[in-house]
Parts: sequence; C-alpha cells; structure tokens
Amino acid sequence: MDLAVDLTTIWAFIIAFAVFAYVVMDGFDLGIGILFPTFAVGPERDRAMNSIAPVWDGNETWLVLGGGGLFAAFPLAYAVVLPATYPLIIAMLLGLVFRGVAFEYRWRDPGHRRFWDAAFTGGSLVAAMAQGMTLGALLQGIEVVDRAYAGSWFDWLTPYTLLTGLGTVAGYALLGATWLVWKLDGESQHHARWLGKRAAWATLVLMGGVSLYNVFLNADYAERWLTAPEIWFAAPVPILTGLVALALLRALSVERHSKPFWLSIGLFFLGMAGLGVTMWPYVVPPDLTIWDAAAPHRSQAFMLVGVAITMPLIIAYTAWAYWVFRGKVADEGYH
Amino acid sequence: MFEHLDAIVLARIQFAFTVSFHFIFPSFSIGLASYLAVLEGLWLKTGQQRYLDLFKYWLKIFAIAFAMGVVSGIVMSYQFGTNWSDFSDRAGPVIGPLMAYEVLTAFFLEAGFLGVMLFGMNKVGKRLHFAATCMVALGTLISATWILSVNSWMHTPTGFEMGANGQFLPGPSWWAIVFNPSFPYRLMHTVTASYLTVAFVVGGVGAWHLLRDRGNVHARTMFSMAMWMAALVAPVQIALGDAHGLNTLEHQPQKVMAMEGHFESHPDGAPLILFGIPNSAEKRVDYAVEIPNLSSLILKHDLHAPLAGLDTIPDDEEPPVGIVFWSFRVMVGIGFAMLGLGAWSLLARFRRKLYDWRLLHRAALVMAPSGFVAVIAGWITTEVGRQPYVIYNLLRTADAASPLDAPAVAASLLAFVVVYFFVFGAGVWYILHLMAKPPHAGETGVKRGDTGPIRTAGITPGPTQNPGDSDVLPRRKEDAE
Ligand code: HDD
Ligand code: HEM
Ligand code: HEM
Repeated sequence: MDLAVDLTTIWAFIIAFAVFAYVVMDGFDLGIGILFPTFAVGPERDRAMNSIAPVWDGNETWLVLGGGGLFAAFPLAYAVVLPATYPLIIAMLLGLVFRGVAFEYRWRDPGHRRFWDAAFTGGSLVAAMAQGMTLGALLQGIEVVDRAYAGSWFDWLTPYTLLTGLGTVAGYALLGATWLVWKLDGESQHHARWLGKRAAWATLVLMGGVSLYNVFLNADYAERWLTAPEIWFAAPVPILTGLVALALLRALSVERHSKPFWLSIGLFFLGMAGLGVTMWPYVVPPDLTIWDAAAPHRSQAFMLVGVAITMPLIIAYTAWAYWVFRGKVADEGYH
Repeated sequence: MFEHLDAIVLARIQFAFTVSFHFIFPSFSIGLASYLAVLEGLWLKTGQQRYLDLFKYWLKIFAIAFAMGVVSGIVMSYQFGTNWSDFSDRAGPVIGPLMAYEVLTAFFLEAGFLGVMLFGMNKVGKRLHFAATCMVALGTLISATWILSVNSWMHTPTGFEMGANGQFLPGPSWWAIVFNPSFPYRLMHTVTASYLTVAFVVGGVGAWHLLRDRGNVHARTMFSMAMWMAALVAPVQIALGDAHGLNTLEHQPQKVMAMEGHFESHPDGAPLILFGIPNSAEKRVDYAVEIPNLSSLILKHDLHAPLAGLDTIPDDEEPPVGIVFWSFRVMVGIGFAMLGLGAWSLLARFRRKLYDWRLLHRAALVMAPSGFVAVIAGWITTEVGRQPYVIYNLLRTADAASPLDAPAVAASLLAFVVVYFFVFGAGVWYILHLMAKPPHAGETGVKRGDTGPIRTAGITPGPTQNPGDSDVLPRRKEDAE
C-alpha cells in the first residue's frame, strides 16, 4: 500500500465519521421534529424546541461537512450519487429549509405558530425519509457509465428504499425521544419515555428488516455477512446490536436520564459499523470503490492538514456549547 | 440536443435563483455580525445602556437573517452535485478542498458560537459572550474568504494541472490556487459591499424612527453610526470597484467589453457610454449617450489608449451584452448614490442638522435596500459576464451540467421558486416587522417563551398572547446584571 491509498482510506473514515456525527446529532433534532405533533401545545412544545434551539445549527453543519467532504475527497462519488438521487436530495433540502426557519419563525409569529410547528414536523419528516431513502438507493446500487450516472429516473424508488427511509424515520424518532428523556422532567419526560419505547421497537424491527433484505436479496452482501472469514468481523455486529437493544429497552423502562440516549447512539454506531461491513470498499456500489472515486493525493493531503488542526478545536467548542446549555430544560423552575 | 439545451438553461436559472437568494442573507449577516460585535464592544467599554439595547434590537433581526442564510446555503452546497455534476467531477479536486476548509474553519465556528451568542448572555457572562459574538463575526468573514476564493478561481484559474481523465488537478502550490489573480479584489469588494449594505439598512431603520420621533436616542445613535460608515466606506468601495475592474480588464477582457458596451474596437481612445440600449443582433448600442475617450482614461489612464471591442472575440465566446451592461450600470449608479448620501450626511453633521434634516432622513429611508440591489447587480455582472464559461476559457457551462432531463430540473426549479418566495418572504416580513418597532431602553434579546435554557434568570415574563409581540414582552430590566 502506498501513501495515496492510505490517505484515501483515512478519508473514507473521516467521511464516515462526519456522516455518523450528522446522523446522531441532527438525528435527534429531526426526531424531535417528527414527534412534535404528539407534544402538548404550549410549554411542552416550547421546551422540546428550546432543548435544541442553541445547538441545531451546529448539528446540521455536519451534513455540510459530509457533503462538502465527499465533494472534495471523492468528487466522482459526489457527482454520481447526487444526480442519481436528485428528487430525494431536493426534497431533503426543501425539508431542511422549512425545519430550519421554523426555529425562528414560530416565536416571531404566535398567530401562525401552529402553521410553523406543522412546517417543523413536515420538514423534519421529509428530510429524514429522504436521507434514509438515499442511503437505500446507494446500497441497492447505482449504475455508472463513463464517470456519470447512467440509470433512469425512478431507480431510487423501490420497496427497499422505502424500508430504509422508514427505518431512518424511526431511528431519528428514537434519538429525539431519548434526548428529551434526558432534557425534560415530570410529565413531559414520562411522555418522552413512552414515545421512546415505541420508537425503539419500530427501529429494531425496521433495522432487522433491512438487514434481512440485504442478506436475502443481494448475493454479494450475503457473502460478506455469511461466509468465512468475513463472518468473523461481521458477526459481532448483530450480537452487540442485540445486547444494546436489550439494554435500551430496559433503560427506557427504569432509567430517568441520559442512559437511553447514549444507548440509542450505540445502536446507531452498530448500524453504521454494519453498513461499513456491507459496503467496504465501495463508495458507490457496485461500480466505484473509494479508490476509483478518490481525489488526487494532493487534494486529500491538503485537506487532511486542515482536519487534523481544526477537528479537535471544533469538537472542543462544540462540547463547550453543549456544556453551556446543560441540564434539564425546565431546570430553573416553571412558574 | 434541443432537450439537452433546455435542461441546461433550466439548471442555470435554478442556480442563479438559489445563489442570488442565498447571497442576500450572507451579505446582510456578514456586515451585521460585525456591527453587533462593535455594539457589544462599545457597551462593554463605555457601559452605556443604549449600545446594549441596540445590540439586542439587532440581534433578533440577525437571528432570522442568519437562519435563512444557513438553510439557503445548505442548498447551495448540494447544488454543485445535483445540477453541475460534470463540473463537480472535474473541478472537485481543486475547489472541493477549499470548500471543505470553509466548512471546517467557518461554518462550524459560526454555528458553534451562534447558540451562545443568541441565548447565552446570562449563562456565560459578558466577556465570554462578547467572545462568542466575535467568533460568529469572524466566522462569517472566513466563510466569505474561502467561498470567494473558489468563485474567483473559476474566473481566473491558476495553479492547476490537467489530468488525463479531464479533471483539473491541484498543482504543487495551493497558494497559487487560493490566491488566484481576481481573489483579493473580489474579497475586498464583496466584504466592503456587505458592510455598506448593512450601513444602509441600519441607516434606513434609524431614519424611519427619527422621522417619527426625532428625540429617540437609540435611533440617533444608529443613524449616526450608519452615516459614518456610508461617508467613509462608499468612496473606498468605488476605489475598490475601479481596481477590480482594471484587474478584470487584464484577465477577462470580454467581460469588460460587455460591461462597457464596446461592440467595436477603438484604436484611438474609447468613449464611456453612460446609457444606451445594447443591440446584440446589430452589434451596436442604440441611443447611446457617451463621453468621448473617457473609457480609455478610466481603464488605461490615457485618453488615447486603444481599446479592443467585442469584434475581436469569436461570436460563440461573447457573454450576453445587454444583461451585463445594465446590471453594471445599476451597481455603479447605486455606488455613486451611496457616495452622495454619505457626503450629504457630512454636510448635515457640519451644520448640526443630522437628526433634524427630514429630507436627509427620507433619502436614507429610500436608500435602505439599495445595498442588496447593488450586490445582486454586481454578481449578475460578474457571473453573466464570464459566460459562456464556468471555468474561464477552459470549461463551458454547457459542458458542466448533470445528465438530467428537463422535466426533472423544471420541477425542482418550480419547487425552489415557490418555497423560497413563501418561506423567505415570510422571514423578510418578520424582519420588517421587527424593524418597524422603535428601539427602546431595556430591549429584550432573543426570547423563547417562558421556559427553557434561554430564560433569563429570575424574571419570567408570561407567554405572549399577542401575535407578533413576542419580542416586546413587558419591559423588564433583565440586563441589570
Ligand atoms: C454595495 C454593493 C456594491 C457597490 C456600491 C458597488 N459594487 Fe461592484 N460589485 C459588488 C458590489 C458593489 C459585488 C456584489 O460585491 C461584486 C460581485 C462580484 C464581486 O466581486 O463583487 C461586484 C462586482 C464588480 C465588478 C465585476 C468584477 C468582475 O466580475 O470581474 C466591477 C468591475 C465592479 N464591481 C465595479 C464597481 C464600481 C466601479 C463601483 C462604484 C461605482 C461598484 N462596483 C459599486
Ligand atoms: C453569492 C453570490 C452569487 C451570485 C448572486 C451569483 C449569481 C450567479 C448568476 C446570476 C449566474 C448565472 C449566469 C448565467 O447563467 O448566465 C451564476 C452562475 C454560476 N455561478 Fe454564481 N453567483 C454567486 C456566487 C457564486 C459562487 C461563490 C460560486 C462558486 C463557488 C458560483 C458559481 C457559479 C457557477 C458554477 C455558475 C454556473 C452556472 C451558470 O453559469 O449558469 N457563484 N451565478
Ligand atoms: C455557490 C456558492 C456558495 C455555497 C455552496 C455556499 C454554502 C453555504 C452553506 C452550506 C451555508 C450554511 C452553513 C451553516 O450550516 O452554518 C452557508 C452560509 C453562509 N454563506 Fe454561503 N455559500 C455560497 C456562497 C456564498 C458567498 C458568495 C458568500 C459570501 C461572500 C457566502 C457567505 C456565507 C455566510 C457568511 C454564511 C453564514 C450564514 C449567513 O451569514 O447567512 N456564501 N453558505
């Protein structure tokens, strides 16, 4: 392995990290949006919204890093995937527009607060669904000829992508609910826990469905998961997933604070690891590996310097911002 | 073939539409973030309440504008791939890293400190809060730096090598790419533009409230600060614009020909065409009002210097003259109007009538949105003037597009138009609503109902019942900390 290959691998991990950070962090924002209609109008909604208002923008920035990083480190993948999933991406962007402005608008215009609350939910739901379906479209394979997308218009719309879309919606709802278990107290927290349990079941069922679908419908993927030696790397993933799932369900029945949230993140982490096993080393299955799509060494090296310097700082001040707004949202008492 | 062309035209309209909308918000928030930092700094330094009040007044407006800037920006970062995938594949290795640096050094910085800036005053204390404000302002400037480097590289590409697969690859030096020839000019001219834009908005709002109540101390402070900016920065902007134009003449001569409406070459000094109607079919400017030899004087500093015209350029490399000609005149016209208002304000100060000269206030009110118009006109000049290329002289726009069918692009374009007008229209309406309220002592900051992390310690105003009144909750001395 020469140096260029190593850099490409490092970049694959950096992008995966950005995507993971995005999915978890904006995942709970979007999840709260998805669950929003079930909260009582008034203080309960306000508190749910306030629990994420100071951090949502930072959370969403990971999406820009994921997209921008892909553009920079794997330009060909960026140039193939986005046209292939065009309607999904446009839908996601428009969904994010509605959800993003709702944070401000609902406070500015109490007369139309109901409307902006609905926009918050609708936007979150559309964005989550579109992200999940994009992932599905990627996993089911994208046709590439001559460095360009060569499939047809509705390739991205299949039962499989619908399943991945729903799985993502459920997963985000789980993150949102468990975040609220952590940040709220009293009656609202009770409600969040109730939602969390349902979302956890939905997530587990859908995650299982997607995994089975992968294994039974795609010979390549089946081979990775079910034959030696790959199975030795792959097997721990479902086993650990089962353990985390059990712990999560238990925590949701008894625990009051942060534990369910961390376990949900664990679940997502294992999902991501499973995804890695399934896709590696392809960035756009079945044609493009990460090396096919990679930017030249110079581009990747230049950016790596930037990542090495800024990433610790970013993590530090992001952590600080979370720290500033720590604790229960209703902490200071509710008069 | 015909169908293909259609998809490209639609993609161009879509890109122009979304980026123009996007840029309206950053051009406001770059300037406003700096203004907020100045206000907070003045408050910390002098301890005068009025600065804090103004800070809080503009903070609410900033929060809305920033949110719109962010959501429209996210759209931009995906537009390259959705609509210009061929361009992305080919130029990605060069411009991708610059945009990644923008995310790493600017977007995270802004977003990370924004929460503290908006809601954290009572959580972190004055000094840290001021630091957060400064970080957000710095983030907006860093963001402008990187993205303008990218954009400038597309106008004046340097420092790259051509790959065998048609990709633009970075050469040995990244500095040659980042500091391409038009970048310093574009950066300075654009950042100054957003300071001016904000100066005129602040001035306009100040003027509006002075017209209603001359005694309003807050309106006076705002108006005076804004007029200082106008008087000092407008001339600087004109000088920067002139320098930018000379640079463009060197690197993109046909753009300048289109701006000037020079269809013909002028071997013995070119006239400055003030107005006229460019007629591309006949290759002349109808009804031209011109000043002989002045164009040569401006562009070459010599009355008789020869200037080449579009007749020296192959037809298929000419930009559309009409659009560029007019958008340029709109920008320059506004530039001089700004200069005029700045000078007028100096006169008013000199006569001690700054707060009483109603005509001045009316003029400032009319000029309030002029910065936005100039900014968009300037970008139209820049971007249309480089056509038919995306990467100047190297990659044609027509070769940069995604393999998309026209109906798909048409549908997404329609969706963007509807959603943007609706969503950003509402946002602008809320901003105007906030501006219409006079700034007063004991302004509240960004308030979020009666609970939550941003609730100010100790005092709990009740939830608001009146539509649109959430920011003027019962006046409290919440900043008595
Ligand atoms: C408040 C905004 C504003 C004002 C008053 C002016 N400009 Fe400007 N101009 C811009 C805002 C702007 C801009 C939006 O920032 C542009 C678009 C791209 C760029 O680099 O800056 C621009 C572009 C631009 C260009 C195109 C450069 C190129 O694409 O190569 C030229 C030649 C000028 N300007 C010149 C002027 C002159 C001579 C002005 C004064 C009389 C002037 N501008 C006033
Ligand atoms: C923010 C201010 C900007 C505005 C208002 C603006 C406006 C425009 C307009 C009006 C066009 C259409 C030109 C035409 O098709 O005739 C265009 C094209 C384009 N601009 Fe910009 N632009 C801006 C900044 C940028 C930046 C920062 C970049 C790059 C990073 C960029 C990249 C492009 C590209 C790739 C095109 C090609 C598509 C085309 O030529 O139609 N623009 N822009
Ligand atoms: C086509 C080119 C452009 C792209 C792809 C782009 C991309 C983005 C993105 C993704 C964001 C959101 C960042 C976040 O999540 O916080 C954003 C916001 C921002 N952009 Fe752009 N942008 C473009 C043009 C410009 C230009 C020309 C400027 C300035 C000269 C600019 C300045 C900013 C600033 C200051 C923000 C922060 C939000 C705000 O101030 O409203 N952008 N942009």
